[in-house]
Amino acid sequence: MKVDKYSGRVLQGPVHDIYVYEAPVRLWHWITVAMMFPLIITGYLIGDPPLPVYVGGEATEIYTFAWVRIIHFACAMIFTVALGMRIYWAFVGNHHARSIFLPPVWRFSWWKGLWDQAMYYLFVNKESPSWIGHNPLAQIAMCAMFFLGSLFIIITGFALYAQQWSWGEGWMFLFSWVHKLFGSTQAVRTAHHLAMYYLIIFSMAHMYMVFREDIMGHESVIGTMVNGIRMFKTKEH
Amino acid sequence: MSETYYESFRRQGISRRSFLQFCSLTAASLGLSEAGAAEIEQALQTKERVPVIWLHGLECTCCTEAFIRSAHPLAKDVVLSMISLDYDDTIMASAGHQAEEHLEQTIEKYKGKYILAVEGTPSLAEGGAHCIPGGEPFTQKLRRVAKDCQAIISWGSCAAWGCVQAAKPNPTQSVPVHKVITNKPIIKVPGCPPIPEVMSAIVTFLITYERLPQLDSQGRPKMFYSQRIHDKCYRRPHFDAGQFAEKFDDEGARMGYCLYKLGCKGPTTYNACSTVRWNDGLSFPIQSGHGCIGCSENDFWDKGSFYEHLPTILPPGFGGIEMTADKVGLAAVAVTGAAIAAHAALSALQQARSTTRNDKLASKE
Repeated sequence: MKVDKYSGRVLQGPVHDIYVYEAPVRLWHWITVAMMFPLIITGYLIGDPPLPVYVGGEATEIYTFAWVRIIHFACAMIFTVALGMRIYWAFVGNHHARSIFLPPVWRFSWWKGLWDQAMYYLFVNKESPSWIGHNPLAQIAMCAMFFLGSLFIIITGFALYAQQWSWGEGWMFLFSWVHKLFGSTQAVRTAHHLAMYYLIIFSMAHMYMVFREDIMGHESVIGTMVNGIRMFKTKEH
Repeated sequence: MSETYYESFRRQGISRRSFLQFCSLTAASLGLSEAGAAEIEQALQTKERVPVIWLHGLECTCCTEAFIRSAHPLAKDVVLSMISLDYDDTIMASAGHQAEEHLEQTIEKYKGKYILAVEGTPSLAEGGAHCIPGGEPFTQKLRRVAKDCQAIISWGSCAAWGCVQAAKPNPTQSVPVHKVITNKPIIKVPGCPPIPEVMSAIVTFLITYERLPQLDSQGRPKMFYSQRIHDKCYRRPHFDAGQFAEKFDDEGARMGYCLYKLGCKGPTTYNACSTVRWNDGLSFPIQSGHGCIGCSENDFWDKGSFYEHLPTILPPGFGGIEMTADKVGLAAVAVTGAAIAAHAALSALQQARSTTRNDKLASKE
């Protein structure tokens, strides 16, 4: 099997199964998935709390909204640590572990792959190219939308969290620049809120694409993120 | 040696008992220990009076209005005489040339020693023509008086941040004091107005310890500006419980629920209102049923509605004044969803076609 080193495109068959996603990458992926659901739900509730329950007692006995926030903070911390681990793995893992952080945009073959994949999704090309890792379009989407989006939501989130410290102390010492950059805390809040929709839109497109590829494409996609092995439906290419 | 504070108080008929009350209350509000009260007492009895020059720029005088209502036992007597206001054109007895002469004398006599309190902003547009007290542009006057001062207190959001004069579009080019005076220590005491007790406590601290109080990275005294209104709000339990008022006249509002959804800026505002309160500890905005508007925060006029938790994020003309992050976000999600559905339908169609074609080809063979 001949594979382009940079775009991950299968140039010549016959193809055989190949180990693509190492365990830490897969673990990170599913931790992130598991954290995103509670983060989105609690985040939406924090931004727009539901109507109160007027009956049901004194504030001293109820802690609902605080729990919503605690869950949000705890999941956010796990999300962040997982991403940190993932970035570490980009340095020590195989070259597929790097593609979503730094797509090889300086290589012509990568741009060719991006173009071909885009044309395939626009129904211009009938046949999908085969890829051993992420295709270039997926790489750029994961870098610009998921990775940078996550970084943005983590930094703005930490800046909002930091407000429980005084300016110049604790977390606020580390994150007051965010409030200064945005001009106001309200702007940070709104940006954090919009970043959630950015990640939701990415997740929708991502899920659609992996299901579509799994059904219509040449290679396994969802299964690859489970066992790490890229399998090809037709051995000839 | 000129007279001490204590001598000055006694001369003005303030009893020793009242003086001691003031010392202990101020120590308490500064968060000092019992020894702090004794230190203040000692300082005021032995130290030479430090004169304060109080300048008024572009402003509404609400800081002065607040200050003269400082609620410690002897508010109007002790506070005013204590900080030994040598010049404050708004409330001093003399006026006109007499007052201006007094200013010059104070600058001359206490060169390098006096404290400069500034209320209001300097204005830079048209050479400062928008504010000319006593025939001299305020910006010029501020520079002149600040030259020989020991330290500057920026009273209120105007002097500290710019406040309403500096709000968009800022026709007078008003700027906070620290943009004009850059070579003197500046204590920012923001608020519109700041809390009177905070004002008098800061002056007392300066006199007693002869140094600036600890400031946060924004230049505000830590003892009053290190926590948000939200952190010490008496309605915080309702916030944690998820009990929010939806309207100012609903059941939640009557039951004293949290005003978060009515746009309360408590969670983003660093100030001491929820602990020190106003008018002799009587109340503060949230206690009287209105959300915090964040008046001690930078540019609070330009941060959108006081009554919305989620502000409008698009310019007017793009969906009106109700376009919140949620509406814009959900619309984008809906568009993405529709695009996905369309793409999926086209994909299925293409798949079906190619299958039929393959079948036809197969049947021909």
